[in-house]
Amino acid sequence: MLDIPLFDDFKSWKAYCLEENKPLYMPVLSYEIMQRGRTEAEIWAHLKKAYLVMTEAITTGLTEDMTSRSGMVNNSGKKVYNTPITVLSPEFQKLISRAIAAKEVNSCMGRIVAAPTAGASGILPAILSTIQELHQLSDEKILEGLLVAAGIALIIERNAGLAGAVGGCQAETGSAAAMGAGAVVYCLGGTIDMVFNAVAITIQCMLGLICDPVAGLVEVPCIVRNASAVSIAYSSAQIAIAGVGAVIPVDECVQAMGEVGQSMETKYKETALGGLAATLTGQNIAKKVLIQNIEILPEE
Amino acid sequence: MSERSSIFDMIGPIMIGPSSSHTAGVVRIGRTARHILCEMPTEATIIFYNSFAQTYEGHGSDRAVIAGLLDYATDDVRIKTSFDEAAKVGFKYTFKSAGNASTMHPNTVKIIVKSENREIELVGESKGGGLVNIASYNGFRADFSTSLNTLIILADDVKGSVAFISSILSNDDCNIATMNVSRVGKNALACQFYEMDSSVRELTLAYMRSLSWVKEIISLNALE
Repeated sequence: MLDIPLFDDFKSWKAYCLEENKPLYMPVLSYEIMQRGRTEAEIWAHLKKAYLVMTEAITTGLTEDMTSRSGMVNNSGKKVYNTPITVLSPEFQKLISRAIAAKEVNSCMGRIVAAPTAGASGILPAILSTIQELHQLSDEKILEGLLVAAGIALIIERNAGLAGAVGGCQAETGSAAAMGAGAVVYCLGGTIDMVFNAVAITIQCMLGLICDPVAGLVEVPCIVRNASAVSIAYSSAQIAIAGVGAVIPVDECVQAMGEVGQSMETKYKETALGGLAATLTGQNIAKKVLIQNIEILPEE
Repeated sequence: MSERSSIFDMIGPIMIGPSSSHTAGVVRIGRTARHILCEMPTEATIIFYNSFAQTYEGHGSDRAVIAGLLDYATDDVRIKTSFDEAAKVGFKYTFKSAGNASTMHPNTVKIIVKSENREIELVGESKGGGLVNIASYNGFRADFSTSLNTLIILADDVKGSVAFISSILSNDDCNIATMNVSRVGKNALACQFYEMDSSVRELTLAYMRSLSWVKEIISLNALE
């Protein structure tokens, strides 16, 4: 009998599930029980609450006023949801508006689930609620998908990092998209290889994305990147569930993400010194919204 | 070996946005100050340092620290309207910004808060992901995380006091996770900070308070 995997890599997760004939979510559950002393009931209760908060965030973002103190957030989720011009399909329009809505709730000091981080908090809500609606999946299946997503995040955290300050935007929205893509393929009954290929392909698409928030706030471009991350997660899931391989195995994709994150310059890691934050308009916005009355302390 | 991450941190925490470090962490620091104070604050001065200094409004750190001082949890929807809630109870506050504090953590906040009977000063650091470190309490270097039960003991700087307290804690079946002592000067006052896996019984706290060389005992429960 194999030991419960420690989520250091995807390879041992797969080996365990094949050897023990267990679905992907089971060892994640066992890991939390063994490593953190939680009961199975506590874990399901937490996931249930998290999913409830995720769906509530979407509703809040689509119904309440979403304007931020900086003025950069102004009810985009509702606008995308309500526009009569459907570019691709009504489903796609809903998907994108949900990601924006939930993320706007975060920017506007509402309640969200950091999954894996607050900056990426629109991604899993949009992905999971949409897949549940389209395929009439049970809540239980979605919660299993959340556990699979958590297992994916554990491995990425260990090998590449999940914080924008450590690995750039790829670490935040990229990881959330990878978690979501894996969860979608799992929920639709894909094989382990298909799930992991969805993760790998998503990472391949999100690789290198920098974290360059205008004025240092979690608003621009974070909100639209939550929407694009959701699109990439869905395209990757569609590719992977068709049996298309990722060529570069998932563990190596995660290593690449870690390597790119390490060599990324500090100005692209949440410091608001590069990219969009450093543009003329970005700097003008920063001057307007940031506190200027700062006492500069003497050198110590 | 370091502790393995929890899936509750991968799918979570459930929190009020926008930022785990600038919002959720700041609520925790404010809430710790409130728990030390033990009563409703009446007046506070809050100083945001370094990275916090410029962005505290945009990230809602100002509302977060007031929410913490009102004893709200990090997922309480009232954080957004904490200024209104503070006004209702007559709690007044001012904010200041300070930059270039090179010896301080990038995300540092100092809280000087008064209640009817007490005034305390707390310096907290927000380390990301909602995790915090309380760097000092009333000028004593503290270094505790708020995620474990914490015992703060202000006492005369006398020989054997640490050994004495730790033996009481072990008799009370409390396992000490971290501890720290700092003092203002030799043979003056010293402050001891214990982080423990469980809380101390009321009876034991009462006994420790009765000791002549003990000036103040504060017992804090772990924050969620």
